[in-house]
Amino acid sequence: MAYVARKVGFVGTPETNPEIKPFFEGAKAGKLMLRRCTSCKKAHHYPRALCPFCFGECEWEQASGKATIYTFSVMERANPPYAIGYAELAEGPKILTNFVDCDFKSLKIGQAVKATFVATETEGVSMPMFAPA
Amino acid sequence: MSLKGAAYIVGAWEHPTRKAPDKSIAQLHAECAKGALADAGLTKDDVDGYFCAGDAPGALGPLSMIDYMNLKCRRVDSTDVGGSSYQVAVGHAMEAIASGRCNVALITLAGRPRSEGQATGTAPRPGNPAVPEMQFEFPYAPATANLYGMCAQRHMHEYGTTSEQLAWIKVAASHHAQHNPNAMLRDVVTVEDVVNSPMVSTPLHRLDCCVISDGGGALVLTKPEIAKSLNRPRVKVIGVGESPKHQMGGDVDLTYTAARWSGPPAWEMAGITPSDIKYASIYDSFTITVLMQLEDLGFCKKGEGGKFVADGNLIAGIGKLPFNTDGGGLCSNHPANRGGITKIIEAVRQLRGEAHPALQVANCDLAIAHGTGGALGTRHCGSTVILERE
Repeated sequence: MAYVARKVGFVGTPETNPEIKPFFEGAKAGKLMLRRCTSCKKAHHYPRALCPFCFGECEWEQASGKATIYTFSVMERANPPYAIGYAELAEGPKILTNFVDCDFKSLKIGQAVKATFVATETEGVSMPMFAPA
Repeated sequence: MSLKGAAYIVGAWEHPTRKAPDKSIAQLHAECAKGALADAGLTKDDVDGYFCAGDAPGALGPLSMIDYMNLKCRRVDSTDVGGSSYQVAVGHAMEAIASGRCNVALITLAGRPRSEGQATGTAPRPGNPAVPEMQFEFPYAPATANLYGMCAQRHMHEYGTTSEQLAWIKVAASHHAQHNPNAMLRDVVTVEDVVNSPMVSTPLHRLDCCVISDGGGALVLTKPEIAKSLNRPRVKVIGVGESPKHQMGGDVDLTYTAARWSGPPAWEMAGITPSDIKYASIYDSFTITVLMQLEDLGFCKKGEGGKFVADGNLIAGIGKLPFNTDGGGLCSNHPANRGGITKIIEAVRQLRGEAHPALQVANCDLAIAHGTGGALGTRHCGSTVILERE
C-alpha cells in the first residue's frame, strides 16, 4: 500500500497562537524546530511558551530531524489511506505526525525515519512528516 | 472524610431509541431525565442538582437544559471529559450530596450522531484554532479510530497481543447483545468474523469498533436518607476516581490508560480489590480500549490483557468476569458518541437483579463501571465508579 499525497488541512494560522510562530517559520525553511527549557534543559513538544515540566523559560533550537517510529496506524478506510503515528525524536520528545514516502505495509515500530516537510492547504504553511531514513 | 456510601443511585434509565431523527437533542435529554426520575419514584421538583457534559445542547454548560426542563437547582456541573464525563459526574454529585449542596442529583446524556450522519470514528474533526494542540495535530488527520489504532499497534509490539485476542472482546459483547432487543448489532459473531471484517485503521477492523447510535440515558443520585425512603433496590456508590492522561510534554506512553490513575483511589475508597467484582462495565469504544482498561484497573497484569479476554472470559455464564451484559458500545449503544452513562446503567441493572435473565450475574453485589473519554492516543480522562448492592 503505497503512500499517496493527500490534502493536508490546517486550522487557524501560524499567528493564531503567537508562541508557535517560529515553529512554522522553521518548517517553511525545512527546519524542525523544538523548544528546550533553559532551566531543566528538557526538550518538549508540542511547543509551549513555558516548559511543561517545570514552567521554566524555553528557547527554540533546530532538531536533527532524526527519529524512530514509536507507533503508527494506517487509516485504510480513508481515501487515500494515510499513516498517522508518533515519531520519537533523537532529542527525546515523541511527536504526532504522518509517515510518508513509504510502503505502508513495510512500516515497523522502531524503524529509523527522518523529517521531511509537506505543504498544507493553507498558503505558506508546511508540517513536518517522517519518511524512512 | 471518606465519601464512601455518601450517595445512592436510585434512578437509572436508558433511552430505547438507537435512531431518533424525529426528536431534538434537548428532547432526548428530557425524556431520559423523566425515565430516570420515574424509575427512582421521584419527580422533577425533587431535583436540586443537575450534572451534564458537552453533549447537552447549550452554549453555557448546563444553562439551556436547566431552562428547557424548567429545573430549580442549587448545584450544577458540566465538566466535559467526553465519554467518561458521567462517571466523573457521579463522583461530583456524590461530593455535592455529601456536603449538603444538593439532595437529588440528575445526570443526563443524549445525542443523535447517527441521524446527523456523523462519521464519528473516521473523520478528523477540526476544532477551535485557539486549542493549543490544534495546529500540531489536525494536519495529521487524527480520527478516533486511528488514535486508538496507534495504541493497539504499540500494545501488540510490546506484549504480543493479537487481533484474535482483541476480537474475543467483540465476540463476548455480541453474545450479550443477542438478548437485548434494543441493541443495534444482535448477531453473535466469531473471532473469524471480527478479524475478517474490513480494516478501518490498522490494526482495528470494523468489528473492533463501537456502533454509532442516537439515544441517551440518565441517572438520579440521592443521599442515604432519601434512598431508604424509596421503594427501589438500593445501589450505593462506594468508590470513585477520575484522572486525565495526556502526552506529558512529549513523554508519550501509549501502553496504559488513565485507569491506572483513576482506579486506585476508587478501589481504596471502596475497600475492595478487582477479585471482589462480580460484574464489570468497561468502556468499549474499541476492543483495545477494553483490554487496556482491564489491565490498568488491575483485573490482570499489564500486558496479559490479551490472554485474559480470550476464550470467552468476558461472557456472562462462561467466563470469570462478565462484562457489558447489555452488549455495550460495541454492539448495543454508544449514544452521542459517549458510552459512559450506559456503563453505569447496566451495572445498576445487574446489582438490582434487573439484567436480562440469561445474563444476570448470580449474587451480584459488587460492580464497577469505568469510563474513558477523549482519545487514548492523545489525551483522555479515565473515571471509575464502584457500586455495591445494599
